[in-house]
Amino acid sequence: MRQYFGRKLLVYGLTFFVAVTINWMVPRFMPGDPVSSMVARAGVSNPGAVETMRTYYTNLFGFDQPLWKQYANFWAALFQGDFGISIWVFPTPVSEVIMGAVPYTLGLMIPSVLLSWVVGNWAGAFAARRRLLDNTVLPVGYVLTAMPYMWLAVLLAWGLGVVAGVFPVAGGYSFSLQPSLSVEFVADLLHHWVLPFLSLFLVALGGWAIGMRNMIIYELESDYSNYLSALGAPQRLIRRYAFRNAVLPQITGLALQLGVLVAGALVTEIVFSYPGLGSLILKAIQNQDFFLLQGTFMFIVLGVLIANFIIDIVYVVVDPRTRAGMAGAQA
Amino acid sequence: MTAIQETPAQDVAAGAGVRREALYFAVRNGKLLVGFGIAFLLFLLGFAGPLVLDAVDPNAYGTKPMSPPSGEHWFGTTTFGQDVFSQFVYGLQTTFIVGALGGGIAAVIAMAVGFTAGYRGGLVDEILNMFTNIVLVIPTLAVLLIINAYLGVRSVPAQALFIGLTSWPWAARAIRAQTFSLRTRDFVALARLSGSSTRKIIMREIAPNMSSYLFMMFILLFGGSILIASSLDFIGLGPTEGISLGLMLQNANQWSAMQLGMWWWFLPPGAGITAIVGALYVANVGLDEVFNPKLRET
Repeated sequence: MRQYFGRKLLVYGLTFFVAVTINWMVPRFMPGDPVSSMVARAGVSNPGAVETMRTYYTNLFGFDQPLWKQYANFWAALFQGDFGISIWVFPTPVSEVIMGAVPYTLGLMIPSVLLSWVVGNWAGAFAARRRLLDNTVLPVGYVLTAMPYMWLAVLLAWGLGVVAGVFPVAGGYSFSLQPSLSVEFVADLLHHWVLPFLSLFLVALGGWAIGMRNMIIYELESDYSNYLSALGAPQRLIRRYAFRNAVLPQITGLALQLGVLVAGALVTEIVFSYPGLGSLILKAIQNQDFFLLQGTFMFIVLGVLIANFIIDIVYVVVDPRTRAGMAGAQA
Repeated sequence: MTAIQETPAQDVAAGAGVRREALYFAVRNGKLLVGFGIAFLLFLLGFAGPLVLDAVDPNAYGTKPMSPPSGEHWFGTTTFGQDVFSQFVYGLQTTFIVGALGGGIAAVIAMAVGFTAGYRGGLVDEILNMFTNIVLVIPTLAVLLIINAYLGVRSVPAQALFIGLTSWPWAARAIRAQTFSLRTRDFVALARLSGSSTRKIIMREIAPNMSSYLFMMFILLFGGSILIASSLDFIGLGPTEGISLGLMLQNANQWSAMQLGMWWWFLPPGAGITAIVGALYVANVGLDEVFNPKLRET
C-alpha cells in the first residue's frame, strides 16, 4: 500500500512540476510578444508612455533576467502564494481574486459531480439487462453525454428561466442583496444555484449511467455470476455482487473524468454568469489579464490533483486488493 | 466515460469468415446504421452545403437583423443580420475538421505510446506509463486555455493540433493493456522467431487483432475533440477567423440571444454538436455489438 501511494504521489508531484513549467514556458516561448500585445491593447499613443509601460511589463515578468533565474523566481513566487497583481481588478492580488471565486465553483461542482455519479450508477445498474428500461436509459444517456455542457445550460436557462420564469438566469445572488449569513441571502443563493447545478448534473449523469450499464452487463456475463445462478441464487443477490465489482472501474472513471467535469463547470458558469472560476477566466481573457489566467490555471491543476488523491484514498478503502499489495488499480 | 470495454482481442484465425460475419451483423444493426447515417448526413451538409449556398462569407452582415426563420433565411438571422443557416453549414465543416484532425493526432500518439509501452515492457513501459499518467492528470482544458490565450492568431488546425496533443492518454492506456495481453500469444512468438522486426510485428501481428478496438477508440477521440473544441470556442478562445458551431454558441450567448428570445440562433449549433457526437457514440455501441458477440441482443 505504501508503494501504491508512493507511486501516486510521485506522479502527482511530477504533474505539478510539469504544470508549473508549462505555466512558466507558455508566455515566454509562444510565438508573439505578450508585452507588446498588452501595450498595444492599452491604446496609448504617447511614445514616452509606451516606453514606460514596456519597461513596467518587462520588469513584471522579469524578462530582463537570464532564463534560469526567471524560472527560479517563478517557483519562489509560487511558494509564497504570489501569483502577481490582477490587471482586470487592479491592484488586487490574483490570489485574492481567485479565493473569492473558488467557493462558488466548489459549491457547484462537488454536489453535482457526486450526485450525478451516484444517481447515474444507480440508474445504469438498474437498467442493465432489463429490456424496456435499457431502451430508454441508453438513448437518453447518449444524448446527454453528447451534449456540450453550455448548450444544455442555455436550454435550461431559456426553458426554466426565460420562458417559465421560475429561476434566475444570471449571477450568484441578486444584486440588491449584500453577501451575509441571513436567511434571505442564503435562500437567494440557493435559488441562483439550482440551474447551473442542474445542467452540470444532467450532462454528467448520462455518461455514468452508460458506463455502469456496460460494466454490469460485463459482470453478469462472468463466471462467478453464471456459477451463482447455476447454484440457484436469486437474481437480486447476483446483481448486488455484480454491482460491487462494476463500481470499482467507475471510481477510476471519476478520476479520469475530472478534467472534463472541470471544463464543464467553467463553461456552465459562463452561461449563467456565475461568479466562479469560469467567469473569472472569461474576464481574464477579455481583459488580457494573463496573471489572473495563469493563477486560475494553477488553482485548477492543484484542485484536480487533490481530488485525484482523495479518489485514490477512497479506492484503497473500497478495494481490499490494493491493501493486500495485489495489483488492484493500475498506478 | 463510455470507455470501450476491455474485451480480450480475438485471433484472426478465421480471417475472412470473421469479416463476413461482422458485415452480416453490421448491416442488420440498427444502432450502427442510424448512428452512421446521421453523422454522414451532417457530413454531407457540411461539405456539400457550401458549394450550393450562394452566400460566400457566412459572417457577412445582412440587411435583416434578428428575423426569425423564413423561406429566405431558413434558420433566421443574427443580431447583425448574418444568415444562421450558412453559419451552421460552415460551422459543421469546421467541427468535422477539428474532430478528424484532433482525434487523428490523438489516435496516432496513443497508438505509438500504447504499442511501444505494451510490447516492449520493462523500463520503456515504466517511463511511457509515467508520462501517460502525467498528461492524464493535468486538466486538458486548463492547459488549452493558457496556450490559446497566448496565441495571437488562432487557426482551426492549430486548435486541433493542441487538442490532439493533450487528449490521447486514456486511449494509450487502453491500447497498452490490450497489447500486453497479445504479446505473449503464440503467433507473436512465432513472428519474433522468424526474425520480424518489432515494428513489423506490431503492424502486422498485433494491430490487426485489435483493429475493431482501434476504430472505436478513434470514434470516441473524434467526439471528444469536438466537445473540447466547442468549449474552447465558447470561452472565447476559438479560431480567430471563420466560423464553428462553438463560435456560434459563443456569439449567441455574448449577444444575449436567449434573453431576447432568439431561439433560432442558439438552438441549431448545440443541436448540431449533440447530433454529431451522439450519433457517433450510438454507432460505436452498434460496432461494439457487431465485433463482440457477447453484447449482441438475442
